[in-house]
Amino acid sequence: MAVNKQNSKKTEPLFSDDILLDVKNLRVEFRMKNGIVRAVDDISYQVRRGEFLAVVGESGCGKSVSALSLMRLLSERVATITADHVLFDGIDISRIPMSEMRRLRGRRISMIFQEPMTSLNPVLTIGDQIKEPLITHLSMTEEQAEERAIELMAMVGIPEPKNRLPQYPHQFSGGMRQRVMIAIGLACEPDLIIADEPTTALDVTIQAQILELLKDISQRLGIAVIMITHNLGVVAAYADNVNVMYAAQIIEKGTASDIFAKPAHPYSIGLLRSVPRMDKPRGGRLATIDGLPPNLMNPPTGCRFYARCPMAQDSCSQAEQVLEKTKGSARHETACALSEKALKNGALIYERNVSVQGSSTVDKSGEPLLSVTSLKQEFAVSFRTGWFSSYNGSVKAVDDVSFDIYPGETVGLVGESGCGKTSVGRAILHLNDPTGGEIMFDNISLNKNSIALVRQDMQVIFQDPFSSLNPRMTIGEILEEPLKVHNIESDAEKRSQRISELLVKVGLYPYMSNRYPHELSGGQRQRVGIARALSMEPKLIICDEPVSALDVSVQAQIINLLEDLQRDLGIAYLFIAHDLAVVKHISHKVVVMYLGQIMEVGEGEELYGDPKHPYTQALLDAAPIPDPEIERKRERSILKGELPSPINPPSGCVFSTRCPKAVASCSNTRPELLRVGTDHLASCILLDAG
Amino acid sequence: MLQYALRRILLVIPTLIAVAILVFLVLRVVPGDIVEIKMTAEGGIVSQEEIERERERLGLNEPLYKQFISYMVGLPQGDLGISLWTERPVAQEIGSRIALSFELAILSTILAVLIAFPLGTISALYRGTGLDYVIRLLTIGGIAVPSFWLGMLLIMGSISVFGKLPPLGTVSLFEDPLTNLYQLIWPALSVGYRYSSVVARMLRSSILEVLSEDYIRTARAKGVLERLVIVKHGMRNALLPTVTVIGLEFAFLLGGLVVTESVFNLNGIGKLFVDSVVRNDLNLLQGLVLTVATCFVFVNLIVDLLYAALDPRIRYQK
Repeated sequence: MAVNKQNSKKTEPLFSDDILLDVKNLRVEFRMKNGIVRAVDDISYQVRRGEFLAVVGESGCGKSVSALSLMRLLSERVATITADHVLFDGIDISRIPMSEMRRLRGRRISMIFQEPMTSLNPVLTIGDQIKEPLITHLSMTEEQAEERAIELMAMVGIPEPKNRLPQYPHQFSGGMRQRVMIAIGLACEPDLIIADEPTTALDVTIQAQILELLKDISQRLGIAVIMITHNLGVVAAYADNVNVMYAAQIIEKGTASDIFAKPAHPYSIGLLRSVPRMDKPRGGRLATIDGLPPNLMNPPTGCRFYARCPMAQDSCSQAEQVLEKTKGSARHETACALSEKALKNGALIYERNVSVQGSSTVDKSGEPLLSVTSLKQEFAVSFRTGWFSSYNGSVKAVDDVSFDIYPGETVGLVGESGCGKTSVGRAILHLNDPTGGEIMFDNISLNKNSIALVRQDMQVIFQDPFSSLNPRMTIGEILEEPLKVHNIESDAEKRSQRISELLVKVGLYPYMSNRYPHELSGGQRQRVGIARALSMEPKLIICDEPVSALDVSVQAQIINLLEDLQRDLGIAYLFIAHDLAVVKHISHKVVVMYLGQIMEVGEGEELYGDPKHPYTQALLDAAPIPDPEIERKRERSILKGELPSPINPPSGCVFSTRCPKAVASCSNTRPELLRVGTDHLASCILLDAG
Repeated sequence: MLQYALRRILLVIPTLIAVAILVFLVLRVVPGDIVEIKMTAEGGIVSQEEIERERERLGLNEPLYKQFISYMVGLPQGDLGISLWTERPVAQEIGSRIALSFELAILSTILAVLIAFPLGTISALYRGTGLDYVIRLLTIGGIAVPSFWLGMLLIMGSISVFGKLPPLGTVSLFEDPLTNLYQLIWPALSVGYRYSSVVARMLRSSILEVLSEDYIRTARAKGVLERLVIVKHGMRNALLPTVTVIGLEFAFLLGGLVVTESVFNLNGIGKLFVDSVVRNDLNLLQGLVLTVATCFVFVNLIVDLLYAALDPRIRYQK
């Protein structure tokens, strides 16, 4: 169960000095209607055999495009790829004819993509898709390929491979599909696997399973891996070396410990400091990088980070910055003229916005603002089971959930997808009518009718800033609507003044009220969502994954904004998210859910520091911490299996089927929430006994 | 798959019953009286009693529910009643003409598919090139030009180039297949051109859509031959919407060939349709609408079964 990571503690690198891939001045240009975008701008790097290289950066920095261009998978109609050379094992793959490139693809270089749900062909069997590269490249017969496919499926941990071979992708879960993708990638035992955000769409426990698998197999077979990701924790846990990209260029590269311990570029420093840390005590604001990345159609001269850099000097905007060795270790290079200063000062360069007062405290002497008692939410399901028979039943999306939120408090609700956390939020808002239990808000018992009384006091912010704003309304109109609907401000003049105030409050500019949502960035749109919620001067805002669609630096800005608003206005939040570190950072109290039930509730520090429930422990173990030193020493147990079907949940404790500590009696009785400390509850029968 | 197919086939029965009821009810609302039209057709003066007698004889004075019962009872036995005009069984009237319309529709479909598949595929694969523009011009032309007008052009062209009419009229397929084909190929071409244009454009856009899917990129990343990427990974997915269009167009052809049949002087179902409407021959009209509707239902059934064969997600649906 426990994967011992001692082996990677060796000081010797696991990879040889034998260079497998040598990229020199790779450049990718897209021809657009209104100009040329240089999505990858003269990047150079090397990958050694057996090396695990991570490429990190925020969306739009060119990390995926650079990977696709290696494989020459970009449409030649729109993309032009040039390079001094891209030597793969001595062959310049940027110049060989397409027919030869095709013979390398899947044979010596494989690729694993981000979206397991759409990356497999829905009309071909899993078997056919795994066999395809074997038959194409290794001239295997159908029988040989089938035998090998079964072997591969077993290797990547797909149970009953023989029976699953003739199945189709829609019969596989997301995690299983990603295993299939890895099996396809490994089929011909390539020298290099390029994994483009392989776990971004997956839950944290499944992510850990997939990444362990990838790391383990690549090490065993001596395969080099280039992993593209925006998740710094994943980088710290698995990568040997790291390339940091910003605005189409590599701005820093080095070993993982170089980058994480002694980042030398202000952008890398900002990126690392803007990530909330699960292992650090709560409090303090996150560092944020102001502004937005430059437009690549017309990039600025000089350093591309100049406009956002906290230590920029005038000279930075003149000279192009090139990668140079730092004063640090041998492999560490950065493209910053002031790297020495950056190296020395580290996070201090972001000081001016790090050092504001800590988080607010909560006064729990009065009545709770929101009190949820034994909340139940069932959904009817029916499907055919046979000729004339069908199953009519229900899914318990929320099953007996109780918690309180005090004024000015943030309660975090975490769990993997399908655990019912969003259903809790929707039930409180009565977007779905709950099927049982009681919700008290501000001393009003909520039901279909009384909810109208508190609508203004209870607002919501949604996950997707792209689809939750009407594209045909200006920002002003979007913010004006609730003011009109609730008759808060009848005078048009005053309304527009109010809108300007709201925009300023969430860090936007009043002139933006004439803009349409598509003219704003994702972070700005989420700010509009917050402004819309604020316009009602609510007492509680239900935040449903408000930052999960955003890049880390923007995520930090939004989290800081939410915390500032809480401190100034005393708003309470129900913060629903799957990112454990974000929840830890923002919440006073955390509720952990699994299959519709509460597993554990506690104060953030206590819950994360001393988790009592095996599920909480497993979740925390699965989430990587952005620090390679910690990751190297960490012993982690990785949860096996996947979430059981909520239609037919396990008897007794719902977690018993995956619990590493389960005993026979676990499947008999449903455990009660037990007090295991002040304000710390957990539902596990083992705690009762001990 | 078998279970899905059987269930889908069984579903046809209630659909057909519903269609039959709907057709009966709708046609009772149509104004006008066949008896008057028929008896005054030669310009004679007919007394009210005679009209009443005739109505009695034809069963038109029966209460509606009795008419309905005898209609519904007759249906399963293939009894569609008698034509009020010719007084021959409706089934016989339709039967003698439907074969021709059916043959024409099938021939047009074959032609359309033969033209559309290469055109649509080439157009998609060479998107944005001159070839694509030429094909798109051809296909938009096909949609814009009415097929009867194209038919007339074909006839006129034949006269001016070969100096003779294309063979009009029909010989049965079973008597003289070659002549029959030779006769029908011209109307089939004039209808099939439009048909193929619709299908080709659909195929083009669905291939383009499929080729931008993630799994196509996966296939390329595996090193699959580009030809196989298109045929094995792309085509089957792109066929789904195309099959729907082919099915709908086919069903439409059965009832919608009125003008083309007139141009080529074909005695098909379209002409019968017009006659039955002009003569207010309710029974015949009812039979015709029912026939065409039934064809629609069956074509849809075939499309659904093809869907299941092409797409496992439908096949395995519980």
